[in-house]
Amino acid sequence: MPLPDQRASFARPAAPAAVLLKDVSRSFADRAVLDQINLTIRPGEFVAVLGPSGTGKTTLLRLLAGLDQVDAGSIIVPAVRSVVFQEPRLVPAKRVWENVVLGRRGAAARARAGTALTEVGLAGHADAWPSTLSGGEAQRVALARALVREPGLLLLDEPFAALDALTRIKMHDLVLQLWQRHHPAVVLVTHDVDEAILLADRILVLSNGAIGVELPVGLSKPRDRADPLFAALRAQLLAELGVGASTAAH
Amino acid sequence: MTDIVSLAQYALSPKQEAPAAPQTKGLVLVDLTPRARTSHLSAAWQVWRGRLLRVGSPLAILLVWQIASGFGFVAPEVLPSPLDIIAAFRELIAMGDLQSALPVSLYRSLSGLAIGGTIGLTIGLFAGLWRVGEEIFDAPLQMLRTIPFIALVPLFITWFGIDESAKIVVIVAATIFPMYLNTYAGVRGVDPKLTEAAKVFGLDARQTTLHVILPTALPSILLGLRYAAGVALLALVVAEQINARSGIGYILNNANMNQRSDIIVAGIIVYAVLGIATDLVMRVIERIALPWRPKLALA
Repeated sequence: MPLPDQRASFARPAAPAAVLLKDVSRSFADRAVLDQINLTIRPGEFVAVLGPSGTGKTTLLRLLAGLDQVDAGSIIVPAVRSVVFQEPRLVPAKRVWENVVLGRRGAAARARAGTALTEVGLAGHADAWPSTLSGGEAQRVALARALVREPGLLLLDEPFAALDALTRIKMHDLVLQLWQRHHPAVVLVTHDVDEAILLADRILVLSNGAIGVELPVGLSKPRDRADPLFAALRAQLLAELGVGASTAAH
Repeated sequence: MTDIVSLAQYALSPKQEAPAAPQTKGLVLVDLTPRARTSHLSAAWQVWRGRLLRVGSPLAILLVWQIASGFGFVAPEVLPSPLDIIAAFRELIAMGDLQSALPVSLYRSLSGLAIGGTIGLTIGLFAGLWRVGEEIFDAPLQMLRTIPFIALVPLFITWFGIDESAKIVVIVAATIFPMYLNTYAGVRGVDPKLTEAAKVFGLDARQTTLHVILPTALPSILLGLRYAAGVALLALVVAEQINARSGIGYILNNANMNQRSDIIVAGIIVYAVLGIATDLVMRVIERIALPWRPKLALA
């Protein structure tokens, strides 16, 4: 059961951090995927993690989720965490609302699922089977399932990568709304530089198992892609990622 | 270059005379424009032709069979005519043989299926959910399943004699394996991504099993049940060859001794009908138990 007052406990000065990583290392087959990472995330902070493939983004997320263990260092995270994976990962044999409150039954669970589905605009699909949903709808159900637990830390593992461009734009707006309402700490792993700038308070660029760059995003939300600061940030991040401005311009 | 230009002209204006060159070198073009569509009348005819032929061809076989028997091309003791077989059914029902045999045979196959299916399901779940279960049971069961159960019948007779229990044991032995294999494969086949998601959302082992693994493995488990039901019938036929004093096998044995090929064929048809009925029941069970599966076209 999620703690009822998760956010309040983080708001106390005694707990200034939602995530605290100290000298965290993780290697696979003698290859250090993460090498002595230090990272602090404030409660309610939205952090995006960028980096080329194979730089440990997913490993970092799995460590934060508790799906993998560190080889060295210490890692402290909120007790209630949720993940939205790249694919929806809904149980095909369970109705949509049962997936949202997976593992719980009864009228109370059903009501909570209904509230969460209303928030993602899928109230009418509570009794549908997952196989009847579109990709964007299924991912919204996954988002409802993640938020219904009132997590102190929400982990997003490239959740919009498989969606079409228009659906992705709607999902960005939805995630911002939900984040503003529930205010969990968020770690978003993505390949999409624009997505990171649109959503995050702070952007980390991973390279060779270390945090190469940390950039605060000083723009107020919701953000405008046409803002010159937006463009400047994008150019800077693309340069960090080794993509020249000329190649990045579509 | 000139070839391509001429081809482009050809493609734009199909009515123009085709240049000789495209056939021999360069691009080869095909005409994908649909030909004149078949009229509604002929489409309706095609549907009706399909239905008529489906019903008509088995009827034609029966008719040819009846005519061949009627003209004496086939000796009645080799293959009795369809009308003779119908008469044999009438006789079996009038004497009360069929009514007394059916419940006996059904009881044998259903009790054997229930016992064997439960054992297979239990071991399959144990081996699928717990590694220690797999370590204990998988190797022996994989070895035993390669033995044709029919080969075990003489052994079962020496162990259990020739009465009722020997017959049910044969069916039990035959049904354990399809149930075990499909249950085990179904549980192991659950996408690890789903169980990982369940772990993230704080489900414990019991909740994960109840809410994620079992519902997802159910199609495979029901497939195992369907196989087991089919095998139970097969085992019934074999088991009823063992000194049957009741049941459909008894009717067959009796008819065999009295050289009544019409009753033998009637008995075989009863087995066939039981097979079809079993399959229909299993399909209904699958439809009810798996409402989330997209409905596939059923015959």
